[in-house]
Amino acid sequence: MSAQIFLILLFLSVTVFLISKPYKYYFALFILACGIAVSSVWCFDSLSGTGKILIIEPYIPVLQKSITFTVDRLSAFFIIVINITVLTGLLYAGGYLRPYYPAKNALRFSIHYFSYLWLWFSMIMVVLIRDGLPFIIVWEIMALSSFFLVIFDAEDRTIMKTGISYLIQMHAGMFFILIAFLLIGKATGEMSFNALSIYFSHHSNLLLFILFFAGFGIKAGFIPFHTWLPEAHPAAPSHVSGVMSGVMIKMGIYGIVRVLISVQYDLLIIGVIILVVSLISGILGVMMAIVQHDLKRLLAYHSIENIGIIGIGIGLGVIGMATGNPAMSLLGFSGGMLHVLNHSLFKSMLFFTAGSVYQSAHTRNTEQLGGLMKRMPYTSVFFLIGSLAICGLPPFNGFISEYLIYLGMFKSLSAANLYQSSGLIVSIAGLALIGGLAIFCFTKAFGIVFLGEPRSEKAMMAVEVKKSMILPQLIPLAFIVIIGLASVYFVRPLFSIMADIFHIPLMTVAAGASLSSLTQISLLSGIFISVIVIILIYRYFHLRSKEVSYGPTWGCGYTAGTARHQYTATSYAYNYNHLAKPVIGTTKAMKEIAPDEIFPGKRKFESHSPDFIKDLLIDKPVNRIAGLLKRIAVMQTGLIQHYILYAFIFMLLLFLLTYLKLI
Amino acid sequence: MAGFFLILITAFFFPGIILRIKSLASGRRGPGVFQPVKDIRVLLRKGSVFSNTTGLIFQIAPAIGLAGILCAALVIPFADQKAIISFQGDFVFFSYLLALGKFFSIISALDTGSSFEGMGANREALFSMLAEPAFFVLLATFAMLTGFTSFSDIFNHFYFSGNHYVLIYSIIGVYLFIQIAMIENSRLPVDDPKTHLELTMIHEVMILDNSGFDKALIHIGSYLKFAIYGALLYNVIVPSGWSIFLQASLFLAVQLIFAVIIGFAESFRARNKMNKNPKFILTLTVIALIAFMIILILTEKFI
Repeated sequence: MSAQIFLILLFLSVTVFLISKPYKYYFALFILACGIAVSSVWCFDSLSGTGKILIIEPYIPVLQKSITFTVDRLSAFFIIVINITVLTGLLYAGGYLRPYYPAKNALRFSIHYFSYLWLWFSMIMVVLIRDGLPFIIVWEIMALSSFFLVIFDAEDRTIMKTGISYLIQMHAGMFFILIAFLLIGKATGEMSFNALSIYFSHHSNLLLFILFFAGFGIKAGFIPFHTWLPEAHPAAPSHVSGVMSGVMIKMGIYGIVRVLISVQYDLLIIGVIILVVSLISGILGVMMAIVQHDLKRLLAYHSIENIGIIGIGIGLGVIGMATGNPAMSLLGFSGGMLHVLNHSLFKSMLFFTAGSVYQSAHTRNTEQLGGLMKRMPYTSVFFLIGSLAICGLPPFNGFISEYLIYLGMFKSLSAANLYQSSGLIVSIAGLALIGGLAIFCFTKAFGIVFLGEPRSEKAMMAVEVKKSMILPQLIPLAFIVIIGLASVYFVRPLFSIMADIFHIPLMTVAAGASLSSLTQISLLSGIFISVIVIILIYRYFHLRSKEVSYGPTWGCGYTAGTARHQYTATSYAYNYNHLAKPVIGTTKAMKEIAPDEIFPGKRKFESHSPDFIKDLLIDKPVNRIAGLLKRIAVMQTGLIQHYILYAFIFMLLLFLLTYLKLI
Repeated sequence: MAGFFLILITAFFFPGIILRIKSLASGRRGPGVFQPVKDIRVLLRKGSVFSNTTGLIFQIAPAIGLAGILCAALVIPFADQKAIISFQGDFVFFSYLLALGKFFSIISALDTGSSFEGMGANREALFSMLAEPAFFVLLATFAMLTGFTSFSDIFNHFYFSGNHYVLIYSIIGVYLFIQIAMIENSRLPVDDPKTHLELTMIHEVMILDNSGFDKALIHIGSYLKFAIYGALLYNVIVPSGWSIFLQASLFLAVQLIFAVIIGFAESFRARNKMNKNPKFILTLTVIALIAFMIILILTEKFI
């Protein structure tokens, strides 16, 4: 029954084209709410029993066939993640899209809402469908609908270009997945995730896994498959970037985990591959994030970093499985999966706040912002809490997932052999470095954008966005705080889900100890917050009894400071840039002052931080191919005689080849 | 519980002792041991001046920093007693709490919109970021040696492994803790609190605009941080099995020696050139990795 409702909603979503412009949004919201209700029912059904797998087979009259939806606990977990963020995204869109109403026609909005709904449908179906062909179809729908969402602002040529590049890269990913499924189909006669375990028991596990990892990794944004991510996220409207970065890239993670469940051999090497790629993604992602000036692009690079952290957790889990260390497995997988949820919460919130900043200050360039905390207090607080959470600082949710991953590593150290412990040390140092770099990056982002004095007219004129955009952000905010403070209620079910799907014996000792540690963390966080409150209350009464005066910022004797004297994002990252030069390779362009130039004239300074992987992997090969094709284009003369000649040569060739029995 | 109070008590004397040593070493009479505490009393009596540019962050940052340090002190064990709060991986929490305080002190410096403070903020962010891996690698080697993952368990079992080479290791551990403490507290050789030029400051320039109560909180926090790292040193050096009074007096002795070392080091050592600092801090991670090698040998995983 519920599946029928789901399918009816699917068809109903078309009606969004027929409704008049102002009501489209409410209609889309209604459809989404119904859909979320239905999928949540499945999700709770599956989670309530122990290891219960729900199989729903709705009959589709058009195809005269029924498709199989399988809801196991992994799917259920991802449905929760998808639903929270997609719902808040649409709620936020209500306010965010309002200024676009006069400028864009109704069809644009219809396409947008329709694609949004279908992005949600496709993501839900991705986690429900196990058969290869339907899976690839919904995977494709997911890429297409997100493509239409990205190009919402297609008047801008660069956005259209970005969108197309995104679509191409998504298809490169699909190509890998398709090959992987074909391999399974050829070997077992069934193209399905269910056939994976049969395939894995007879064939090379590593090869197939690498195919899947490449395919799903492009969606997830692991380095070096990340090249679409920093382009597509800034181009998309903010609620879409929030959803894409928050949940859509997690579909890649879902795919990887789904495959991992069935992997039987080569676990160690697979785990090491995941771990190494993730460490590189984590460190390079945040390193490149620091030098970005576009606020949304900075956040996009942080998605790569967080995918890296998730991957570290998963890699750790796989290595734990390979080496027979259930505690490490459990903590690694649970930490990674909790980070999937956490990242979807704080990253979507950060993208929403970035959208609010963009809407209100009309720029995303950090160098032109500043002083927004006074002008947009709510947005700033949301961004601050999002930053703290993404840096993994207590008492917010990011800390809990990073803590679980750390704990998995620290606990395994003493029993590990030489190679394992060396690997663990490198991972620990890497994760610590990622944390430090993230703090560097977000002190920069928050400090430059929201604090100090406005650096431009645009930032000066910024005002707080409407309530309709602020209120939806309270949903992720609440989860961020609750998961941070009452982590044990979220981690306990997660432990049982992970233990269930990966067949880890739920070691009561390890799991119990971790859970009691989490209780202690909650306690200490509670103490921490109360100490802050006590000090602040004391401070309040203390300052009331003292003389408090206000004045300009101390300028060390210089009194004519302007907003342009402030530290900028570039100067904040200057030291770091110097250190990271071998990796980031920031280039500067400025005419040097000649020795005989006594009064230097006006000068322009420009710095540019290219993504060297993108250069190497996408830009250079594409340019080379384009150059080659341009040379071939010499043949395209426009003279009909030449074309007839080509046809003649072609036919001659055919005859010749047939005669020689070559074809 | 006793450990927490011992930390609070030593925090009273610590900065004064450094000050005394520095004045003795430079041949001055100098202020008394309690001068820093008296300074705090003065600050608490004073009113405050706030910059018009600053906002909420500037007001709450010192309180959050101090609260973080106080709570971090709760996980430090003393003798064979467990810390007030002890759980698996509590040093992760310890480190991240201190990082949270640092996060707020950095953004509160940026809140003033001063280029000097931005400069200090950026340096502090960079240097503490580079020091993070060293701390974690060091703690990881502790965890590997003892097989435990909380401060209390690690230090209670530190000397029971029965291997005498653990002494070599503990010397490296002590060296690293001292250096990390110096970076965390912005002291020589990374930063010089007594420098008089804003351009060369790191921590001091970040708190240029803080005054009165807030400045007192920041100072108290830095005194406490010294005592916390001193307590960690004590835990590395002193085996936990001895009697409680001996332990307490050794605790005070270790703290005293730590303060004297800092005092002398600051008297006879010049600060690093600013662009040498990253190299210096990254070297610590390398030394921590050497410590890791020693542990591999100790636990017979290697050779």
